[in-house]
Amino acid sequence: MAVSRATLFDKVWDLHTVGTLASGQTQLFIGLHLIHEVTSPQAFAMLRERGLGVLYAERTVATVDHIVPTQSQQRPFTDTLAEQMICALEDNCAEFGIRFYNIGSGSQGIVHVIAPEQGFTQPGMTIACGDSHTATHGAFGAIAFGIGTSQVRDVLATQTLALDKLKVRRIEMNGGLRPGVFAKDVILHIIRKLGVKAGVGYAYEFAGTTFEAMNMEERMTVCNMAIEGGARCGYINPDAVTYTYLKDRDFAPQGADWERAVAWWENLRSDPDAQYDDTVHFDAAEIAPTVTWGITPGQGIAVDETVPRTEELPGEDRPLAEEAYRYMDLAPGVPIVGTKVDVCFIGSCTNGRLSDLREAAKLARGRHVALGVKAFVVPGSERVKQQAEAEGLHEVFLEAGFEWREPGCSMCLAMNPDRLEGRQLSASSSNRNFKGRQGSASGRTLLMSPAMVVAAAVSGAVTDVRALLEPTP
Amino acid sequence: MSRIASIEGRAIPLPGHDIDTDRIIPARFLRCVTFDGLGEAVFADDRRQSGQHPFDAPHHQGANILVVGRNFGCGSSREHAPQALAKWGIRAIVGESYAEIFFGNCVAIGLPCATARPEHIQHLHTAIAEDPQIPLTLDLEALEVRLPQSRLPVEMPAGAHRMFLAGTWDATGQLLAGLAAIREIAGRLPYGSPLAKGG
Repeated sequence: MAVSRATLFDKVWDLHTVGTLASGQTQLFIGLHLIHEVTSPQAFAMLRERGLGVLYAERTVATVDHIVPTQSQQRPFTDTLAEQMICALEDNCAEFGIRFYNIGSGSQGIVHVIAPEQGFTQPGMTIACGDSHTATHGAFGAIAFGIGTSQVRDVLATQTLALDKLKVRRIEMNGGLRPGVFAKDVILHIIRKLGVKAGVGYAYEFAGTTFEAMNMEERMTVCNMAIEGGARCGYINPDAVTYTYLKDRDFAPQGADWERAVAWWENLRSDPDAQYDDTVHFDAAEIAPTVTWGITPGQGIAVDETVPRTEELPGEDRPLAEEAYRYMDLAPGVPIVGTKVDVCFIGSCTNGRLSDLREAAKLARGRHVALGVKAFVVPGSERVKQQAEAEGLHEVFLEAGFEWREPGCSMCLAMNPDRLEGRQLSASSSNRNFKGRQGSASGRTLLMSPAMVVAAAVSGAVTDVRALLEPTP
Repeated sequence: MSRIASIEGRAIPLPGHDIDTDRIIPARFLRCVTFDGLGEAVFADDRRQSGQHPFDAPHHQGANILVVGRNFGCGSSREHAPQALAKWGIRAIVGESYAEIFFGNCVAIGLPCATARPEHIQHLHTAIAEDPQIPLTLDLEALEVRLPQSRLPVEMPAGAHRMFLAGTWDATGQLLAGLAAIREIAGRLPYGSPLAKGG
C-alpha cells in the first residue's frame, strides 16, 4: 500500500468530492451549511423562482447576527429594513424546515461563534456560509469557506458547490508568545508579512508549536482572519485540544460514536511527509502586540513602531500607503502609540468569545475608560454573554466605564445602529479596517487584540498593553 | 442559460488596488431582501467623497467593461458587490487580479473577470484617458481585449472560462444533475447530518 503523503485539506476534499463537472471544477459536498439574514433571503427567492426545495434541510443551521441591535432587541426593530430581514429569515426557516436560533433562544449569536460552541463544527467537515469569515471553523480541522448568495442557493438546492481545488500553504510557527501578545497579534503579524493577497488560490494550514499551544478560541481567531490574507480557508490539524473542547457539546458525537469520530479525526491530520505547495516559517518570539495603521489588515506594525515611510515599503505597496496616510490622517514616521481614539469596540467573530472577554476584563479591572472615549463590549453569542455574566465580567466592564451589550456582529461592519460618526477613530478587536467599514464613510479603524483595545480605552490613545501588564508598585 | 463569449462596449477605468467589497457596496445597503436598486448605490461613499469618481463621469455613462487593479473585490463575501456592479451596467471586468470569493460570485451571476498583466492594464488606462469613448471587446474565446489599434492577451482560470463559453456559469442545474452521486457521498460520510445527533 502506498504511503499517504496527503494534507488534511487533500483528505477532506477527496472525501467530499461528488465528481468532476464539465468545466473541470470539482462538485464538492458540503457537510454543514450555516446561514444568516444578510446573504440568504435572495438565495431562498431564487429557489422559489426555480421551483426548487432544500435538499438536506437538516444540514443547514440558521441564526441572526449582522443586523441585530445590541441595545434594545425589542421586536419589531426600530430599523424597518432590519425587521424585514429577520422576518424573511424566520419565514424561510419555517417554510423549509431549517433549525433557527433566534434572538432570545439562548443560543443566538454570531454564526461563527454559535456553530463551534454548540459542537456543530467538527474536524473533517466541509462547511460553507455566506460570510467570508467562515474560515474560522478551520480551527477544528474542517475545510470551511465563505460563499456568495448564488452559491448559498446552490448549497440549499444541492448540498454541493462547484469549486476549483485550492493549493495548500503551510504556515509554520514555533515557540511561545511573549507577554501581551495574543492570537490576534499572531494573525495580524502573518498578514503584515505575507500581504493581503498572498493567500489567493490557497488554503492556509497553520502548523507548529505556537498553534499547538493555543486553545480553540485562539485558534479560531487565527483561522478567522485567513481571508484577510487572501486565503479563502485556513485550518489547524485537530488534536487533543480540539477533542477536549468538543467533547459533550450539544451536537458532538456521543458514546461509541465519539470514539469512532476521534479515531477518524486522528487519521485526518496532515501526514508528516505531506506535500505542500508552499511553506513559510515564523518565529513566535519575533511578534509584538500589533496594530494596523492603514486601510487594509496588511498595513500593520508592532505597537512600538512608527507608521512606515513610503521609502521603507516595497514599490507596489506605496500608492496604497499614500492613500492610507491621507484617509487615516496619520503621518509617516510618527509613532502609533499616543494616537487618540474616540471609540473602543470589543467583540466580533474574531474576538467576541469568552476567553477574549476574560482577557479584556482582567485588564479593565480597577481601571476606567478615559474621558471622552466611548467603549463597549458585545459578546459573540447569548451563551457567551450568559457565561460572562455568571463570572461577573459584565460588572468589571460596567465599573470600568464600558457599555455591556447584547450579542451580534455590531460595529465590526455596522449594519446595526452601532457605528462610527464622522472621522471618529476606533480601536477595534474586529477584523477589517477598510475605508468606511465601521459605518461612517470617513470613519477610521485600528485593528488590535481585545487587550490592546482595553489599553487604548483606559488611556484614550493607542497604548502598548505590555505597560499595563507590569506589576504596579 | 446563456453562453458568454464576447463583451463589446466601452470601458470605465477604476485606478487603485485592494478595492474591497465594503467600498463597492457599503454595508448599510445590504439591509435588503432583494438585489433590486443596488446599482445606484455602487461605490456610494467613494463617489460622494471624491466628487469626480469615474462612475459619475458623464463620458463613462453607459460603459460596460470595468478596468481594475490588483486584488479587486477583497474582503466580505457579499454577492451584493458584483450584483451592484452588474445592475449599474457592468458586463465584464478586466484587472490585474481578483479576490477569490468575489471572482466566484461574479462567475455565478455571469459576470466574467479577466486577468491582464499590469503593463496591459496600464495600456488600457492610457487608451481610455486619450479617448474615453474608445470601443473595446473582451473576447473570451480568443482570450484577448481588442482595441482599434491593439490586442492585449488576458487570462481566466480554466473552469470559469469553460463555464462562460458553455453557458453553464449558473451551476445549480449541473450540480443537481449529480443527485444520485450526491446522495451516495452523503450516505458514505463518516459523520451524519449535524442535527441527527445530540439535542
